[in-house]
Amino acid sequence: MASITAISGRALPLRGNELDTDRIMPARFLKAVTFDGLEHHVFEDDRKGNPNHPFNNATYNGSAILVVNENFGCGSSREHAPQGLLRWGIKAIVGESFSEIFRGNSAVLGMPCFTADKASIEALQALLEKAPDTVVDARVDTGVITAGSLKVQGNLPAGVRDAFVTDKWNPTSMLLADYDTVRATASTLPYVAGF
Amino acid sequence: MPTLFEKVWNAHAVRTLPSGQTQLFVGLHLVHEVTSPQAFDMIRQHGWGVPYPQRTFATVDHIVPTSSQKRPFLDVIAEEMTTALERNCQQYGIRLFAPGDDLAGNQGIVHVIGPEMGLTQPGMTIACGDSHTSTHGALGAIAFGIGTSQVRDVLASQSLAMDPLKVRRIDVNGTLKPGVYAKDVILTIIRRLGVNGGVGYAYEYGGTTIDNMSIDERMTVCNMSVEGGARAGYVNPDEKTFAYLKGRQYAPQGDAWDRAVAWWTSLASDADATYDDHVVIDAATIEPTVTWGINPAQSVGVSEAIATKDEEALTYMGFADGQKVAGTRIDVAFIGSCTNGRLSDLAEAAKFVQGRHVASHVKALVVPGSQEISRKAEAMGLDKIFTAAGFEWRGAGCSMCLAMNPDKLVGNQISASSSNRNFKGRQGSPTGRTLLMSPVMVAAAAIAGEVTDVREMLEEVHA
Repeated sequence: MASITAISGRALPLRGNELDTDRIMPARFLKAVTFDGLEHHVFEDDRKGNPNHPFNNATYNGSAILVVNENFGCGSSREHAPQGLLRWGIKAIVGESFSEIFRGNSAVLGMPCFTADKASIEALQALLEKAPDTVVDARVDTGVITAGSLKVQGNLPAGVRDAFVTDKWNPTSMLLADYDTVRATASTLPYVAGF
Repeated sequence: MPTLFEKVWNAHAVRTLPSGQTQLFVGLHLVHEVTSPQAFDMIRQHGWGVPYPQRTFATVDHIVPTSSQKRPFLDVIAEEMTTALERNCQQYGIRLFAPGDDLAGNQGIVHVIGPEMGLTQPGMTIACGDSHTSTHGALGAIAFGIGTSQVRDVLASQSLAMDPLKVRRIDVNGTLKPGVYAKDVILTIIRRLGVNGGVGYAYEYGGTTIDNMSIDERMTVCNMSVEGGARAGYVNPDEKTFAYLKGRQYAPQGDAWDRAVAWWTSLASDADATYDDHVVIDAATIEPTVTWGINPAQSVGVSEAIATKDEEALTYMGFADGQKVAGTRIDVAFIGSCTNGRLSDLAEAAKFVQGRHVASHVKALVVPGSQEISRKAEAMGLDKIFTAAGFEWRGAGCSMCLAMNPDKLVGNQISASSSNRNFKGRQGSPTGRTLLMSPVMVAAAAIAGEVTDVREMLEEVHA
């Protein structure tokens, strides 16, 4: 684990609101006891149904950043969705809004989900459709997202931002530190201590 | 003054983490076979233990076949996932409510069995690797879905790194009209507030309509909070909550019961609690509601016409702007799921089905939410009513809600479904189409062979 202060690379524009986690990773690929190979099934049904799907466009292979619209990742809490995107090569997502659970799952995997206003997202997506080779730079500390001459203000929840830059985005070891404090809290709860 | 959300959050807040997030103690952790195997692998790899194994309970629901729970399952991957859960629970001392062909145990959909056994109680924080964990809020708990890495965190530390939610109070007032159910209430709320209207919020449901609802009905409402973007939804605990819990297997007994009720009562939102937002809905305006699109906010009253410019949804579903959903021929009818697979749902649908028959072209399934519901329903003779009417009576599981088992749509079949999601491909076929509605509306559609206004058929009965 290391601190994450910036993500830089080419980016894939994926238009559409309410792209739910069933579409990102159809349920049949959850029938496994590992996350191995999920990168092969990202948006599988959408891609089969639409030859022009951006994930079918080889121009965008190797993209590190995904640019999406509203309520991305809504629906099922399946971590298989962000796991698939991460394993495909995505390291950060920029969108108008995200489902709470998807955004939290992504954060724990070290994949920040930046929000930005509608006009900024539209400008980014239009630029990436016209000039797919544009390198996008997303700063975790300031939230500033730069794509060529385009500069966009992105946002991360403060706690998540600080966790990334201070190398604390994977919380388990933090949760286990000073474990007596957990036991102390538990002992004050009547249903744990006994009514 | 504080809301229930704030009181419960504060009681479970361990400390502020170096990241600024809150470390929140998790009072009840529920586990199923799909989102947990990788979490157990991670704790094994790191050599972490499970400090509170008695606060985690597991079951098998998503992949379990509903035609027979005989082991080994014919599907080798389903069998492998079940075996992995059995091994993991055994290693860490976690109680597993396992499938079994005799249906004599407590296996069932995780959000059905938690309340049913009294594991779910007011004032708890509840987490599960499943978005519909919001269901448990119906008993006055703060309950939310988590991902697999967070399942790992709860196993290893019985806690999570979280940011608090804002609270939106949603009052529903008045009497629901005949043929209108809890499902119609939540579909209407989601339609009004949008599928992302709840992002950043917990929804607190109240008002006379919610007060008058049974706990089962409140569970239907809280279950779909997440479809409106709210990670958690809850109803303040009241006499109905206590009456529901009393005597259940894991509920406090004897003197402890009275102390528990006193604590639970103290947790309800104060009368002068302040909310981040407040919405009021008049129950009299709610119609039997049906989705026509590809997200749960895309719904209309059954007598209403679709009004949209969403070409993607219309094309996928085969509807046109201005069309009514009523009259749409269906292929499959599904009564079940963590939204509407409880005993009262089945009983209400059975009342309607009695003396009628499923249309010849419709495949109709009734899937109880748990083995206990199967047993109780059979004791009431509901299975006979359904099978006599041409429904298939199945064993407990998630079934066709998400089709990770043999129950699936084929091709672009249209399903009338009492479940919670109408996403593209949700019911197992990449081109399958889902119309969400109440269980009684599903029964009416099964019988008519097409989506129909249940109120017209209710009148037939009374005439």
